[in-house]
Amino acid sequence: MRAYLDNAATTRLSDAAREAMLPYFDGIYGNPSSLHDEGQRAGAALQNARERIAAAIHADPGEIYFTSGGTESNNMAICSAANCSAARRPAPAPERRKRHIISSAIEHHAVLHPLEALQKEGFEITLLPVEPETGLVKPADLEAALREDTALVTIMTANNEVGTIQPIAALGELCRARGVVFHSDAVQAVGHIPVDVRAMNVDMLSLSAHKFHGPKGVGALYCRRGAPLCPLLLGGAQERSRRAGTENIPGIMGMAAALEESAAELAEVSLRLTGFRDEMIDQFLRLPRTHLNGDRLQRLPGNASLCFEGLEGEALLLLLDAKGIAASSGSACTSGSLEPSHVLLALGRPHEVAHGSLRLSLSRYTTREEIDLALEAVPQTVEYLRSISPVWDRLRRG
Amino acid sequence: MAMVYSEKVKDHFINPRNVGEIENADGVGEVGNASCGDIMKVYLQIEDGVIADVKFKTFGCASAIATSSMATELIKGRAVEEALTLTNKAVAEALDGLPPVKMHCSVLAEEAVKTAIKDYYDRAGIAYDPALFADLERGGHAHDHGDLVEE
Repeated sequence: MRAYLDNAATTRLSDAAREAMLPYFDGIYGNPSSLHDEGQRAGAALQNARERIAAAIHADPGEIYFTSGGTESNNMAICSAANCSAARRPAPAPERRKRHIISSAIEHHAVLHPLEALQKEGFEITLLPVEPETGLVKPADLEAALREDTALVTIMTANNEVGTIQPIAALGELCRARGVVFHSDAVQAVGHIPVDVRAMNVDMLSLSAHKFHGPKGVGALYCRRGAPLCPLLLGGAQERSRRAGTENIPGIMGMAAALEESAAELAEVSLRLTGFRDEMIDQFLRLPRTHLNGDRLQRLPGNASLCFEGLEGEALLLLLDAKGIAASSGSACTSGSLEPSHVLLALGRPHEVAHGSLRLSLSRYTTREEIDLALEAVPQTVEYLRSISPVWDRLRRG
Repeated sequence: MAMVYSEKVKDHFINPRNVGEIENADGVGEVGNASCGDIMKVYLQIEDGVIADVKFKTFGCASAIATSSMATELIKGRAVEEALTLTNKAVAEALDGLPPVKMHCSVLAEEAVKTAIKDYYDRAGIAYDPALFADLERGGHAHDHGDLVEE
């Protein structure tokens, strides 16, 4: 038996999503831009999917732009706010262009790397710190960081590594009061917690289908009517000229079905996963020198992220894999860089502790048996790795 | 995974040889840095100039554990002088290779063995050419992780 507990990385396609996709590969395969019947049937499907996805996040269909996924949505939002805030009519003089962007220290690289690129072009980037341990952004910190020349604030709805859910509505309210564009990377949130773009006071919001049992390679950007949106890809009038390229109709149909299904089951699934999650967290915290990463309550229902002192995460991950458990770690050895996860460091974990991290992430397909396997294998493996660790010997002696 | 380990690395990681400590060891060597994510500690028991027993404890990733295991296998039963010729390349080759970002683990294994031998020489009052251990005197291992891989 295998326990797939890495659903924050990606999820399995749901049966409903697969069924929804199948007619659009070889049956209704027309190009929505074509005027003939085949094209118009595909176009009708596209419009139908747009309406259903919009409804699921309380947006208007005209505010949904289909993309290739979360990374593209984030890039599009950031680049739009950076370029379009300057290109609004009448265009402000170059010296009056807004050149300041605020984000947080724990964003995904799909946000941080575009911001670094903008920094090289002369933008000033403020990365808000987060509270130690919990990873929460404080609205007061955002308020203090907002400036006259702030073009964009981008703060993720829920963190992919530690599961912390940010006070997005409060952060959005501050931005709206100052007339600053507010984007949220909600890739980990959509389909897992209620997402209502109106209540959250966001101008833009990114989502990705494969995080909620839809297919890979498709996502969307919500962009409130009136908020600036510039295309990253040129070459066609698709998506109201904001995103060129023939639409991924099978993917979009799969995403719509997966999102509707996730939304319908959200309350029930959330309750069940929260139970599983807390059972694991409570069990693992009984081990000495073990720490929960992220807020205990403002937390994704399916995320258990912990640091175990005295061991290294890649070794833990691979031993668990050998025992049938697919998990994830923020250790340097799994990130392919010299540094452990920037998120764990931002939470105040010292390097040597951040190396010993483990993330288990659940989905509605997670079974009691999978949880039981983790409850047994994780403490066993932690104790084994500590038994062969000279660092643990020192920690134990104090 | 961003990298692929050989079957031998997997074997020595999942079933490491010579894990543990030696009480009253004749030489002990510890290298690495917890903040970099790997520390190796090697214990030697020497009889008549031969490594009669060797044990290790390692804090680190799969390849750190596998290289410790292989390094101890390669020196067990060897004359101390012979063990001193152990190179990180020999450890890596015996494991059928390591991913480039993990080569530093084999360097660490070589240094752990040499540090333990130096400790044995110092404790036993055996004279040696300091040049033999010149590489260890730089303090800490060379932290060359090779080419970085983006996930």
